[in-house]
Parts: sequence; structure tokens; C-alpha cells
Amino acid sequence: MSAKDIIKFKDFSFKYSSSNNNILENINLNIKSNEITVLAGPTGCGKSTLLRSIVGLIPNMYDGEYVGEVTVDGIIIKDAEIKDIAKRVGFVFQNPENQIFMFSVERDIAFGLENLGIEQSRIKEKVSKMMETLNISHLAEKAPHELSDGQKQRTALAGVLAMEPKILILDEPTSLLDPKTASEFMELMNRLCKEKGISIIIVEHRLDLVMKYANRLVILSKGRIVSNDSPRNVFKYKNKIIPEISIPFSTKLYRKLAESDMKFSKAVIDVENMIDEIRKK
Amino acid sequence: MIEFNQVSYNHPDGTNALNDINLKIQKNSITAIVGNNGAGKTTLVKHINGLLKPTTGKVIIQNNDTKKLSVAELSRNIGMVFQNSNHQLFADTVKNEILFGLHNFGFDELYIKERYEFVTDLFDLKKYEEISPLKLSGGEKKKVCLASVLAWNPDILILDEPTVGQDELQKSILLDFINSLHKNDKTIIIISHDIEFLWRLQPKIVTMSDGRIIEINNTEKIFTNKELIDQVGLIAPQIVRIFNGLGIVNDIPINLNDAAKMIKNWSNE
Repeated sequence: MSAKDIIKFKDFSFKYSSSNNNILENINLNIKSNEITVLAGPTGCGKSTLLRSIVGLIPNMYDGEYVGEVTVDGIIIKDAEIKDIAKRVGFVFQNPENQIFMFSVERDIAFGLENLGIEQSRIKEKVSKMMETLNISHLAEKAPHELSDGQKQRTALAGVLAMEPKILILDEPTSLLDPKTASEFMELMNRLCKEKGISIIIVEHRLDLVMKYANRLVILSKGRIVSNDSPRNVFKYKNKIIPEISIPFSTKLYRKLAESDMKFSKAVIDVENMIDEIRKK
Repeated sequence: MIEFNQVSYNHPDGTNALNDINLKIQKNSITAIVGNNGAGKTTLVKHINGLLKPTTGKVIIQNNDTKKLSVAELSRNIGMVFQNSNHQLFADTVKNEILFGLHNFGFDELYIKERYEFVTDLFDLKKYEEISPLKLSGGEKKKVCLASVLAWNPDILILDEPTVGQDELQKSILLDFINSLHKNDKTIIIISHDIEFLWRLQPKIVTMSDGRIIEINNTEKIFTNKELIDQVGLIAPQIVRIFNGLGIVNDIPINLNDAAKMIKNWSNE
């Protein structure tokens, strides 16, 4: 199935009214459905602003100068109503505490569905299925403050996924998770993308955890896109990387060895690749 | 300098969070506490600055039982940077946030100025002086928290997930900074899931699971023990996995240059 461009930024710039400069400058970016896109860049490079522009928080909640156009699943964000955007795009915040607020996990996940006016029995069914998928059924009755960070994150995710968005945005989803839980989380994201065709956009600093799942790596620096390609292509060329990016150790080692004339069949993005390449020697 | 003797801790609702913790942390050491979500890492370090007091057992800090000291008395010598910056930040501007501790501990103006200049330079925060810290991005908030605590120069520094939201350059600065604190006689305790960062730092590692300490050992010993790291919810750093995958289990290189040299030597043989 050929993937279509589900998100399009065209000549997009944005300046917050509280700031003197554009935080995003002339962004042209197409994001495909059925793909996992990883967005990386130094703190303050404009990543959060880019996400806010997709979910419509910009221009609806933030004042500023808006130039160009952002289209999401065929609707023009600038002219769209929040409810139309919310049907299409799910957003899991960096800090899940900002997102969970009901008395129990079950009620929290149901909240969005209830707002859409869906019938109670249907809601119950969806919620219990979602809790099963995310392995949190045993937490149904728990209050948010009784949950660990990993459990809070999965609860927030369940609430968002229950709405069946076409696009899922995750802001540093693994930052509070232990590496094993983080890796299980990424496996789950990969499955959602491949099986349900959800387009997933992940903001992440720790590329070692996410790179092997990514179809596309977009690097932002000072409000501009400096790279936009498959991870292998980005890592192959020196000028596509900026020093603020935490590239996986395997990739650093590959680049170091390639610099000293060692030959590789392709750019290395994870541990298994590296072991295979060295074994061949 | 820090000693846990048979420490157990139950939450007010009765659930057990720490179980029979015995731990000695030497002065001028770097110790990392690792383990899965909910293992009790943060609960453990909160006993060091007296935010929590043991249900049974004793925590002795610099020869004092924490039960006999207030958090205020302890915190002059023990600085803690929380995992969630929002739990720490409260002042109206970045400047006031950083100055708060310095004024509170009653330092003289000259010293305050010197420390303020030092930490704002170190973390590149001058440009945000007059901005509310709550308006900053996650990574920038973390920098403000680090700067605020480092400003008053405590002997013991506890860092709960300091690398979260930090980019590569900031992580390198943090790494150098922890090493320089170590050279200056400080005791550093760090909670982190950032295995790649821990490998570069090479601390003594305390592994925890389910409120208990499982094993204490050096970085290489911990990360090459597959069964152990699986039990505590970790994954070995990429460098360890690469070399293990190539059949090397001891003396794994610590940095990129050494790793590259080793591999080049093999391919030349």
C-alpha cells in the first residue's frame, strides 16, 4: 500500500507574540501515514512548537504570527475546529500527569469517548479492549496517584488510542520509563503503526531506543529542518547530523570506523547491524 | 559518609516500599542507583536528605541519624535535583529560582554573585534570567533545577534522572561537570535509566527491584550480567551488546576511540 502524505507543512513559519524571532522558519515537511517519524533536535529548537502546530494548539491557544499552511488529513489547521482536529490526532504529553485527571484508570480512558457521546455499552467494550492491549486491565480501579510513571504513561496512551486517531503524537514517551519498559513500549508503537496504519510522530532525545523502528528521522535546529530522510541516509552523511543529537553508539562507532576507511555495506543504526558488519570482516 | 542500616520503609497507607536496605556510600564517590519503574529508587534517596524517615532501621549521614535532624539542617549539605522539574520550580523568574537557596542559606552577597554567575554560565541560562522557569521547555527546566542546587555547593548531590530531556551537548557538559565535582571532593548519587550515560560515567552501581537491593558492583560487572539487568528492567549499553555479540565479555572499552581501535586491530590481523 502506498502511503499518502497525512501531514503537510507548506512554507510554514511561526513567531510567538512574546518572542522577537520566529521559532519555526519556513518549514516544508510531509509526513506519511503508516510511518513512524522521529523528530529530534536540541532543546529549544522548535520541536514542541511543531507538534502544537499539528494538533491545533497553535494558532488556537497560542498567540503569534502564523505564516504558511499546515494540513492534517485533508483539513487546514488554521481554519479547523479543535474537535475536528482532535478526532484525527492523539497527543500524549511528555509528563502524563498533565493528562490524567479522573478518579480511576477506567474512567480516565472513557473520558474522551464519553465526550463524543458514544453509547455506554460501546464505551465499556472499547475501554476494556484498550486496557487489555496496553496490559493495564489490572489497574482499572486504581486512582492516578497510585500508578507508577510507566503505568501513568500507558493510561494516558490508552485514553488517546481509545479515540482511534489516525495520527499519534508522542512527546518524549520513553523519558520516564526504564529501558526494558521503553523497549516494550516501542514494540507496541511499531505494532500499532503496522497493524492499524496509525501514523506515529515521536519526539525523542534518546535515539538509541527508537531508531530501529523509525522510517524517517527529521532533525530540527534553530527552527529549521536540517535533515529529513531515512535514519540510514541521515547517518551516512556527516553534514546531516548536528552535534546536539544523541546518535546511537552503534552509529557513532560506524562513522568512526568508516572515517578510517573501513568498508560497510550500509549505514549502521543498531547493535545487530554492527555485529553483522564486523563479523563479515 | 552515608549509611543505611537495615532500613525498611512503609508508605502511610501501609504498603511496603523499601525492604531491609543495607548500603554504605563513601565520601567522594559516584554512585548510580538503577532499577525498573517502581523499584524504590526515589524513595531510597529521599531518605538521604531526610524527606522520608525509615519505618525501621537507621540512616546515618555524616555521623548523624536523620531522625534527629530536620530537612532544612540536612539540605545545607545535601542538594537534590528532582526527576520532575515541576515539583521543584516555584519562583517567578529563573534568576529568583537560582538565588532562592543562596539567600536562604544566608551567604554573603559577594559569594552569591560569584556562584550565580558560575552556574548561569555553566548551564547557559543568562538569556532566561527574567523569564518564568515554568515557561521553559522540559530540558531547559531541568537545567534551571540543576543550577539552583549546584549554586549553594552542597557536599552531597543527589540527581534524579538528570539527563532526561537533555541533548547530547548538555549531557557531555553534565558528564564533565559530575566528574569535576567528584575531583572536588563531592559525593554524587545519581538515579538514571540512561544506560549509555552511565557507561560513560562508570559509577559504582546499586541495582534495585521491588524495594530491595539486588546487587552492588562496578559498571562493567553489572552491565555484563544479563540475568541481573533483565531482572531490574535494564538493557545493556550498546557498546556492551556489540562486544558481547562479538564474544568479548571482559575489559570492554569505555569510550568510542578505544572501541574503534580494538575493532580496527582485529580487521588488520
